[in-house]
Amino acid sequence: MDFMNTFRLALRALSRNKMRSALTMLGIIIGVGAVIAVVSIGQGAQYIVQQGIQAMGTNAVFISAGSNRAGGVRQGYGGVKTLTMDDLTAILKEIPLIKEASPALSNRQQVVYGNQNWNTQVTGITPNYFEIRTWPVQAGSAFSDEEVDLAANVCVLGTTVEKILFVDENPIGKTIRIGNLPFRVDGILESKGQNVTGQDQDDVIFAPYTTVQRKISGITWLQFIAASAVSQEASVAAVAPITSLLRERHRIRNGDDDDFLIRTQADIADLQNQTQSTMTYLLGGIASVSLLVGGIGIMNIMLVSVTERTREIGVRMAVGATEDDVRRQFLVEAVTLSMMGGFIGIIFGLIGSALISNLLSWPTLISGKAIIAAVIFSAAVGIFFGYYPAHKAAQLDPIEALRYE
Amino acid sequence: MADQIIVASDLSRTSPTSKPVIRLENVFKTYDLGEIQVQALRGVSLEISEGEFVAVMGPSGSGKSTIMNILGCLDRPTKGRYFLDDVDVSGMSKSELARIRNRKLGFVFQQFNLLSRTSALENVELPTVYAGISPDERTKRAMEALTRVGLADRAGHHPSQLSGGQQQRVAIARGLVNRPSILLADEPTGNLDSRTSVEIMDILQTLNNEQGLTIVLVTHEPDIAQYARRNLLFRDGKLKRDILVQDRLVAQDVLKSLPTVEQQAAEDAEEENQRLAKADAPV
Repeated sequence: MDFMNTFRLALRALSRNKMRSALTMLGIIIGVGAVIAVVSIGQGAQYIVQQGIQAMGTNAVFISAGSNRAGGVRQGYGGVKTLTMDDLTAILKEIPLIKEASPALSNRQQVVYGNQNWNTQVTGITPNYFEIRTWPVQAGSAFSDEEVDLAANVCVLGTTVEKILFVDENPIGKTIRIGNLPFRVDGILESKGQNVTGQDQDDVIFAPYTTVQRKISGITWLQFIAASAVSQEASVAAVAPITSLLRERHRIRNGDDDDFLIRTQADIADLQNQTQSTMTYLLGGIASVSLLVGGIGIMNIMLVSVTERTREIGVRMAVGATEDDVRRQFLVEAVTLSMMGGFIGIIFGLIGSALISNLLSWPTLISGKAIIAAVIFSAAVGIFFGYYPAHKAAQLDPIEALRYE
Repeated sequence: MADQIIVASDLSRTSPTSKPVIRLENVFKTYDLGEIQVQALRGVSLEISEGEFVAVMGPSGSGKSTIMNILGCLDRPTKGRYFLDDVDVSGMSKSELARIRNRKLGFVFQQFNLLSRTSALENVELPTVYAGISPDERTKRAMEALTRVGLADRAGHHPSQLSGGQQQRVAIARGLVNRPSILLADEPTGNLDSRTSVEIMDILQTLNNEQGLTIVLVTHEPDIAQYARRNLLFRDGKLKRDILVQDRLVAQDVLKSLPTVEQQAAEDAEEENQRLAKADAPV
């Protein structure tokens, strides 16, 4: 009995009881559909996150003080005081792969305008920070290098701070109080939204680092250095030279840990990618459990089917079916059920993920790997869970089977 | 008193072909049920020649079902040998027996055993599925078989759309589709009314007369056994009587003498009237 034949016969047998076949397939359809949808949505989410990270600047290299790796991009405030402006100057001078660098140090301060009050992060930088972070000013302008030299009391607001302090007023040129000091608002930044860890990136005020160092926080060391390399490849290549430079400058002995942490855009992207894909596969794995349940459903129904068709099996044997013929027949029926369920599940999964992605304005990413895996899985489920009923059917004694009521 | 065994085998040698298609040599069948051993057949020997029409009879437990199972290669003798077309099939494996059944035997059952929700044509095709022939050839043979039983016009019908007699005819066609040498029928008229039973016997007799098909049929009804040419009587696992049928019934003739459905209805109506008339009559 060739395969096409067997397959067609299996379809005929299944179509004799369409309702039952459909219900049996339901488990597989849901299982496969869920897996496909979850993986596709997960990949869409990954893509969005990647885009977000890209938006931070692709050539960026971040050097943070302290080697605690807590929270990915978030800098710990741990008492490591070794990162300095001199380090920054040295990096710019000695590592040609690095094009621009800006210092950064933050402090939480109470800010006041009129009768509006807010507590926010005040970060001291040089104006090239905005370019490094690809964070344009949408109104007014950033402060200038001269103003940094002068430690002028000027600042640039993030949109959240602007909305809270100024509501509908035009903030440019107005004076706010940071701590107790008056600062002139020079510009408003574009909105960046939430970052990958859920923080509101627009809830921030930027001022010259000199001003922040001398007049607000009183500290002279830096919390991190934001640098941009000449190219994406350069950003990755720069990690080693920066490391050895800083180790030398900080007099770190061989075998001791770095007292700083260097992250390139690529690192951050990778980390997020890893996290996301772990999540995606985890969810996919959970969804696969329903595939297992679907398989059990197939086995149950096939067992019932074998019992119900005992006489039919007896007749088939009487007219010449061997044990192999019978076993093959029921196995093919089971696999046909599971694979048809698989295909329908794939279609539903794709439709589902397209709908949800659309709803969230995410791109619909179809994972070819997931589809192939789904096809293979459904076939495997059919073979595995169909084997026992098929075996039972083949082992029937034709005489007993023909007598079965 | 010794059992009388009238052996008809000498007489059967006067039939057109004396080639024995079936030969049982001292066949025993014992079922082992743990503590008890049931001896279903105790030393049965017989020969059936090509073109014979044999009815196997006997009470419950006589071994008639067992003999049919062995003749049908669904079961193997515990002792003794079974020669089918001069081939010893007693020691064959299950799959070899399956092949034999497919090529050489046709089965007809009391309960028809057709596949539901399946067309008559596909039902008849069933044995060809296991014979390894092309789909076109299968359909062709199935239509031929259906034509032989006069149901070519019902090829697309499902069993639920066919009468009992028609269903049994489809089953007979199925039994014929691989052109076997022997047709084995287990109480083929058991589920049919009198008139339909005769119609079925008519088909069997026609197949036997015109195509020389060897037919072995099991029945507990003596009337049905009269349609065969030879009767084998079993009792307690032994072949007790082997006789040629005297005053054989010819189904064609019997059908002519039976009332048709319309006539039957008219008779029943007349009976009913008479009964009512009696009931109304003054006491």
